[in-house]
Amino acid sequence: MTAVTMPQTLGKANFRTCPVTALKVDVAAERLIIANAVAAVVFLAIGGLGALLISLTRWQAIHLLPADWFYRLVTAHGFDMLVAWIVFFEIAGLYFGSTILLNARQVLPKVAWFAFALMAAGAVLTNVIVLMGLADVMFTAYVPLKAHPLFYLGIILFAVGALVAVILFFGNLVTAKREGRYTGSMPLMTYGLMTAAILAVYTLISGALAYVPAFLWSLGLIPEVDPGIYRNLFWSFGHPAQQINLAAMVSVWYALAAMTVGATPLNEKFSRLAFVLYILFINLGSAHHLLTDPGPSFAWKATNTSYAMYLAVLGSLIHAFSIPGAIEVAQRRKGFTRGAFEWLRKGPWREPGFSSLVLSMVLFGWVGGVTGVVIGTEQINMLAHNTLRIPGHFHATVVSGTTLAFMGLTYYLIPLIFRREVKLKKWASWQPYVFGIGMLLVSIGMIGAGLQGAPRRHWDITFTNSPLAASLPGATQITLAIMGVGAVIAIVGGIMYVSVVLISILTGKRTEPSRLTLVMAQANPLVEDAIPNQNKEVHGKLTPRGTIILTFSFLGFLMAYYLFNWWLLGRAWFIR
Amino acid sequence: MLAPERIWWKPLHRYEKSWLIVAFVFCVFLTVMMPLWYFTGRQNVPVETYRVTPEQFMQLTEDFTKKYQVSDINGAPVVAPPPNSDVFMVGRRWQWYPIVQLQKGQVYRLHLSSLDLQHGFSLQPNNLNLQVLPGYDYVATIVPTQAGEYSVICNEFCQIGHHLMTGRIIVTE
Ligand code: HEM
Ligand SMILES: [Cu+2]
Ligand SMILES: [Cu+2]
Repeated sequence: MTAVTMPQTLGKANFRTCPVTALKVDVAAERLIIANAVAAVVFLAIGGLGALLISLTRWQAIHLLPADWFYRLVTAHGFDMLVAWIVFFEIAGLYFGSTILLNARQVLPKVAWFAFALMAAGAVLTNVIVLMGLADVMFTAYVPLKAHPLFYLGIILFAVGALVAVILFFGNLVTAKREGRYTGSMPLMTYGLMTAAILAVYTLISGALAYVPAFLWSLGLIPEVDPGIYRNLFWSFGHPAQQINLAAMVSVWYALAAMTVGATPLNEKFSRLAFVLYILFINLGSAHHLLTDPGPSFAWKATNTSYAMYLAVLGSLIHAFSIPGAIEVAQRRKGFTRGAFEWLRKGPWREPGFSSLVLSMVLFGWVGGVTGVVIGTEQINMLAHNTLRIPGHFHATVVSGTTLAFMGLTYYLIPLIFRREVKLKKWASWQPYVFGIGMLLVSIGMIGAGLQGAPRRHWDITFTNSPLAASLPGATQITLAIMGVGAVIAIVGGIMYVSVVLISILTGKRTEPSRLTLVMAQANPLVEDAIPNQNKEVHGKLTPRGTIILTFSFLGFLMAYYLFNWWLLGRAWFIR
Repeated sequence: MLAPERIWWKPLHRYEKSWLIVAFVFCVFLTVMMPLWYFTGRQNVPVETYRVTPEQFMQLTEDFTKKYQVSDINGAPVVAPPPNSDVFMVGRRWQWYPIVQLQKGQVYRLHLSSLDLQHGFSLQPNNLNLQVLPGYDYVATIVPTQAGEYSVICNEFCQIGHHLMTGRIIVTE
């Protein structure tokens, strides 16, 4: 532990010292973290209600909602989840990483509250307009599909608020450095969050370039917006936004690994290199959404979709080794050295931070990552574009991956930041499994339906009322039922999460935390076990042999699915 | 998780090095596959695109329909163009128009555009999917490789009748 001791009154801020981690906590930052995290959970709950209703509609045997409400709630669900829940939580994370982890203070807390107010107002406005039926356009709002002007305005307000918060994050970092709040390098989690924040600036500017003209057009101030150009700008915002989520999630992974088993990065260089690759290459990814669009050339599409030689994928492959590797070495240090996998079997599986970390990594990588690389291949995309394979992919990434990781982290914020005792600990122990398994079924069901051609955002794949009959293979009914069952399970997991959080912060005892972990025997792996890895030690019994087996099997699986898809494509009509 | 020492610029472990190399080679492989398929594969994403107004495109489609119509199904014209010709199909709320009849193994230039919103051309059960935008004439050079009745559905949300939007391509031997 290299944190320096600092007089409590330095700077203008009001600090308390965390009894568990010995970190200095700026009370102003803490309040902001609480507000943003609570807003995130509220929107998750609203979006989750939408998720239940639309899933039960797409489950063709149940077909719950009428068409107009289905489309309306898909719009609301997309916005509340992908924008409101995720971004509010990330802003909470940015404040956390730039103040508490660095013993530093929050700069300009009033401005930060203003940013929060903008985001909250924007999110509420957008929801109201959508639920009033004035913006049945999906959150992508592809022109010339036109929504009520206040729909765009709500999103713009939200984005401006987020941009202000991101700028404050950089302000916090600079101030922490200048005031000498920490010694040594920036912690890896903060470094990852900084990656996310750099991507966010670029992303939010593209978002403005897409939404502001659409807003003016909806007001009748400009005559038209070109649909092709809009798509390009929209996805220059929409896709990098996912890389923000990726970078934030990976940062949370490193944090959870440290908190639950005392894992320290095997090699800081290796991990930081991976984040640099994200910054440099991942912004090219907007092309993923334009692969079957008229306009761009093959060269443009192929270069952009592969992030210049898949170098951002390389970044993810590095993390795919370095995080499990760090966990493995930490576990082996505790004596779990038998065979290749004793370290994994003996993991603290009842500790929600650990199980959510492992499930998040497995589902993100093996389902989300694999399908992402495959459908992002220029030609293969013709088999997947706008089918249910697309939501199948991102419910594995941003839901099973990012959302689950964020859920896992929340359980530790309750005692440390909210300073409340966690209630319903048993539920917290089970929750990652319930949510993870449910989402796995949702993703697999969607991907299976999409492979058979089932379109996304579609109310009736039996085409019963169409003037000209059409049909999809009968097995889509089965895959959609798998999705539906998974959705119900995942919703139960979501309710468990929201219950634990709300019941704890509303009725949990106010206490100073005395331990870091929730249910495992060991109280504070972060401080007790976190031994920086010296390369020469990671030999013999400490060598991460299990991890190398896991990563190579992963690569084999990815290769198999990739080649299977080329084979599928080879059976289609000739087209050029 | 807490601030590490400054000197983290350490050499890589043996395993890290081998994983990095294998992962990098894999990335190169993924990169090479796309141009390789582009030059040797038979299913590639069309690139030929022209600017067109909805009115112009509708006119082209009407002319095409008049010229080659052979019958109709429920009032929708069935159009059978000769091989190697230009075929026009327009997406509009909520129909793909007209129904097209092609011959197996022959080459056609299929023009796609929209009269109103964005639509998603989705050929089923073959499962080939292309984005269709108003203002853009997207030309796919296709060879139907199996005979049968194919549905065209819409997989880009185009308002309340989205799920009603269908069309058909009939492929004869
Ligand atoms: C219990 C959890 C969830 C279930 C069961 C669920 C289910 C669904 C379903 C059925 C759709 C509609 C698919 C379609 O017809 O195209 C959908 C769309 C979507 N979901 Fe979820 N979802 C869940 C959680 C989430 C979360 C946590 C996020 C984001 C972090 C998310 C992001 C989205 C997005 C962006 C869309 C696309 C909306 C659009 O096409 O415009 N979902 N979800
Ligand atoms: Cu349509
Ligand atoms: Cu449609």
